Order: sequence, then C-alpha cells, then structure tokens
Amino acid sequence: MSIYLDSKSVVIVQGITGREGLYHASRMREYGTKVAGGVTPGKGGQTVDKFPVFDTVSEAKQQTGADVSIIFVPPPFAADAILEAADAGIALVACITEGIPVHDMLKAVASLPPGARLIGPNCPGLVSPGEALVGIMPGHVFSRGDVGVVSRSGTLTYEIVDLLTRAGIGQSTCVGIGGDPIIGTVFVDCLRAFEKDPATAAVVLVGEIGGTDEEDAASLLTRGEFSKPVVAFIGGRSAPEGKRMGHAGAIVSGSSGTAQAKVAAFERAGVKVADSPAHIPDLISKVLRPAPHP
Amino acid sequence: MRLLEYQGKELFAKAGIPVPPGRVAHSVDEAVAIMRANPAPSVVKAQVLIGGRGKAGGIKFCSDADDVVAPARAILGMDIKGEIARSVLIEQRMDIKKELYLSITVDRASKKPVIIASAMGGMDIEEVASREPSAIAKRPIDTAAGYWPFVGRRIGREAGIPIEALAQFAAILGKLYALFFEVGAMLLEINPLAITGDGKLVASDAKVDLDDNALFKHPEFTQWKTDAESDALKARAIKAGLGENNYVALDGDVGIIGNGAGLVMGTLDAVKSAGGEAANFLDIGGGAKAEIMREAVNIVTSNPNVKALFINIFGGITRGDEVARGLITALDGGKWSKDKLVIRLTGTNEREARDILESNGIVAVDTMNEGAKRAVALAKT
Repeated sequence: MSIYLDSKSVVIVQGITGREGLYHASRMREYGTKVAGGVTPGKGGQTVDKFPVFDTVSEAKQQTGADVSIIFVPPPFAADAILEAADAGIALVACITEGIPVHDMLKAVASLPPGARLIGPNCPGLVSPGEALVGIMPGHVFSRGDVGVVSRSGTLTYEIVDLLTRAGIGQSTCVGIGGDPIIGTVFVDCLRAFEKDPATAAVVLVGEIGGTDEEDAASLLTRGEFSKPVVAFIGGRSAPEGKRMGHAGAIVSGSSGTAQAKVAAFERAGVKVADSPAHIPDLISKVLRPAPHP
Repeated sequence: MRLLEYQGKELFAKAGIPVPPGRVAHSVDEAVAIMRANPAPSVVKAQVLIGGRGKAGGIKFCSDADDVVAPARAILGMDIKGEIARSVLIEQRMDIKKELYLSITVDRASKKPVIIASAMGGMDIEEVASREPSAIAKRPIDTAAGYWPFVGRRIGREAGIPIEALAQFAAILGKLYALFFEVGAMLLEINPLAITGDGKLVASDAKVDLDDNALFKHPEFTQWKTDAESDALKARAIKAGLGENNYVALDGDVGIIGNGAGLVMGTLDAVKSAGGEAANFLDIGGGAKAEIMREAVNIVTSNPNVKALFINIFGGITRGDEVARGLITALDGGKWSKDKLVIRLTGTNEREARDILESNGIVAVDTMNEGAKRAVALAKT
C-alpha cells in the first residue's frame, strides 16, 4: 500500500519527445512503472523508444487508460499542459518543470477540477518503492517499508531517503511537493493521505525556510488530525534574512518563514526535529517498532 | 527581480497610480541639472534594494541646484549595508498628513493574490503585524472574480483608512491589482501611501518584486537588470545561465556548490554545525552540464574570502560524470588547487564520476556531514 501512486497506476509522459522527457520515461519504465506512452502536440502517431506518442492527453488517456501524467514541458507551456491533463480526467498530475511563471500557476491552480491532484510544479515527483516511480528521483536509493516521506526539496530528499534505506528503514511513498511558491499539493494534503494509508506507520517531513506550510502541518497535528509519529527536518537554518535561497519559496522575510519558527511550531506539536539529515534514521527508529518489510 | 524605487514608480505612474514628481540621477552633475530645471524643496533618496536606507543616511533634503551638490555627493557611491547606491531619486517634498500601507503579494497558503492594507504606514509591516495585528486587513482575491471596487472599500474600512480617502484608496488598489497581473509581480508594495495636506493619496515609496520566471514575457524590463544588480559574482552566475537566486553571497570562508536548493541549504546548515561558515549559496540546478559546473567553480573561487571549496552533489536529473568533467576542467584552468577541495558525489552515473575524479587524484567523501567537517577543517588551516 501507498498513497497517490501504486503498481496499478498507468502513466503517460507529457513532453516525451524532449531530451529529459524521453530519458526519464525510460528510467521510470526500467524501475517497473507502467509507462504507457506520451504526448507531444504535432507528433502523434510516432513511436519513441517503443513509447507511442499522442497529440493530446485526451487521446492518450482513451487509448492507454492512463490515470497519471508526468509533465516535462518547457516553462512557458507547462501550466497549459497541467490543465490539459486535468481536463482529460487524469487523476494525478506530477509537474517536474522548473521556472513556470507564478501567475500562470495562480490561474492553473484556481482552475483545477476537484477530482485532479497536482504534485509540484518544480518537484522531483513521487515514488511508492517497489510499485511505481513517477519523476526524476534515482530509483536505487528507495526501499519498500512503512515510513512516508514528504519534502519541499528534491536532492535533499534523495539524501534523506538514502540515509533511511542504509539504516534499513523502508518507505511507503515519498512525495516531493516542490519548491515553488504556488504548488498543487502541500504538506497538509500529504499528511491527510498518509493518515488513511494503513501501510504508513510514521512520516518524515522535510521542510525549508519560507512560507507557512510547515506551520500549517504542525497545527494539523496539534488539532489531533494526524495520529502517526512524525520526524521533521527544516533546511535553511543558516540562511540570512531577505536572501532567497534558490527556491522561489525559500526566503525569510521579517519574523515569518524562519527555520526557528518552524522548528518551534513542530516541537510544540510534539514532533521530533532532527538537527541534521544524518539524525533522521535514529529518530525514526525510536518512534517506530522494527520495520515490518525490511 | 527586485526593482529600485524609481523603476517601481515608473511602473506605478504608467499604471495611473499617483507618485510625487521626481527624476533619477546617476551623477552629481545630473542631480544639479534636475534641480536647476525644477528648483523646489526636494528629497534626495539613495536607490538601493536593501531596507533601512533612511537610518543609514541615504535620504537627505535640498532646496535648489547649489544645495543638491553636497547630498548627491554624499549618497552616490554610499555603502548601505553592503549595497552601493549608484543612483539617487530627486523628488519634490510633499506635505504628508498621514501614512498608510498597501500591498499585493502572492499568498502560498491560499494560493491566491492577497491584498494587505493598514492605516499604520511608514514602518515595516512585519513590525505592525507583531505589535498591532488588528491594524492590518488582509484579503485573498479569487482570480476568476478579479478585483471590484467594493473589495477596496471593504478592506479599506477594515484597515481603518479615513472615510474621505476611501474612494481614492479603492481606485489606487484597482490600478495596483491590474498592474500586479500585467507585469507578473510577486510583490507590489506602497509604504507609505501618503495622504497629503490637500487630501490626495500619493505613493511615497515603491517596492516591486517581479517574477523571474515571467521575465521572458517582459523583455522591456531587462534594461533594469544590471542597474539593480550590484553583486559582480551574482551577475556572472546569471550570465552563465543560472537563475536569479542560484548564487547568494554570504559572509563565511567555505565556498559551496551543490545541486538543488534544498540540498545546498542543507549543506550550508551542515557546514555551520561543523563549526564553519559558508561563503556563498550556489545551486547549479537540475541537469547541469559540465560547462555550468566549470563556471560555478570559477565563480565561487573568485571570492577572495573562500579558503576551502565543498562540492555536494546528489545526482538525480544531474549526472555525476558531467559534474566531474566540469570540475576537472576548472581545476585544469589552474586557479584553484585540489588540496583545498572536498567533493561528495553520489547518485546518477556515480561510478563514471568517481573514475574521472580518481584518475585526477581526487577522492570523493561518502557523506555530506563528513564532507562538511573536512571542508571546515581545511578552511581553518
């Protein structure tokens, strides 16, 4: 079991004829993900690396039964691609594209139909180890188990998952929610999904400076709406005020968005906060009985 | 991209938002010419992005062309908290009766544009928020419904804007909202929005932050890019094809290069835990090629404060062999010794990467914490 994504998920790749799209389509297939084909407007009917290409998401969905889409479309066209997938009835849309205009995302998020879940943009995707990988994450670092991981970062997530796996702690699902200011799925959404997932026993939450998503997650815990143990890590504790650290969302302004405020909010909610990624496996082992699927 | 005050006011004026009459000067001669053409009591304001310029001496007054020489000379070239003032805005002095606050920004939590207003203008809104939260009115706007004047009247009432100023306030807010979408802004802030002696509302300051991702839609703003950017290394990073926020200068002596903002932030934190201080933040982004890596090494090591270089790569979309090749090319350039370098490299194409490094006498460390400790120790020797 897992959240959002499992071994039955059928995936199409929007932007499959591009360099990154094709490279990662093949890697996802190697991982065992059911990649049914892709979409590039104007290139329908072609085949790339044994993947059929369609002109529209709607045609791709009809012919392959896809319920998941992953987007590698360049920034100026990515919001359009997100809405095209949602309009065609795709239930889970993961948008990898980095650099989408924020105003495009304001409009796209406001226009998403209720049945569609968007992960990202500017995210590494998600993986339910041993079942399916949708994104650009390096598959070999993951192992199957009962710890859910949700993170605003990409590479820091690989780092943390690698540490978990080396410590013999497997994962149920890992979701990279993305580093942009406007994203489709936030920590609170993932925690609600992990709460309902019987295969998830505990959650590692990887936050960073900027915004209030971490504080919102902490108040969900304080309200008693999440019952499983959580271990958190907050990146950017050494960031100075007013400087934006790479991610458009990662900026400390005045008293809001600081790592200190986020750490304090989690500690008040009874969450163990790791000082360094290297301490996460220890903290998880303490809150968890020995993992049932080592 | 953040704009200087005079650039922001240029946008405001075009959008029909009242601003005080003023012109920008890049030299004392220009300042004199401006005052000669328009001899009136004026204010000379340092054009910098950093806040607190008034306290730092970056705002002075003058009354005529002779009188502007001393303040212009004092401010041009002034170092305000590390940022050099390269221009001054010379503006007619206004008779200000009251100061209000008005802004529109992108709100992560509601995923909507949010309007923030207060009758307590002229100070940092974060300060108002902590001292007197009830003095601030906040309202997310549904983009499909857009802005209607009643929204302005209502938020104005909630913020305690004087009744006689409410119609002007709602009209200015409408224009600000339209500008927000037109330019693709992350933040438009008027603080203070002044009420003058004759009851007019005027934008006395302008803080504008444009979305870097949307600049391709607005080639007209690129003329402002170099003017606003005073950090030479950051300018080089942008020229190398990195994003606006991929290079950030810091105060320490350990140079940092990594891939992915979160990992680089984590690396900075690890260096701090190991007892050191990072000299910079540099994220080469996802899928970086060898050329970007080479230029990244050159940029970071051009900073004279850097005593050790720590490269931390966890390859996903980024391929380790590209990183290794870029690093070796930079080292072959000769300015940086491999003895002052620590590299941690894992993930995609790790084997190939390690082969390239080892054939050049470089051994990668296994973990981020180990790398951070070694780099901090190297910087101290």
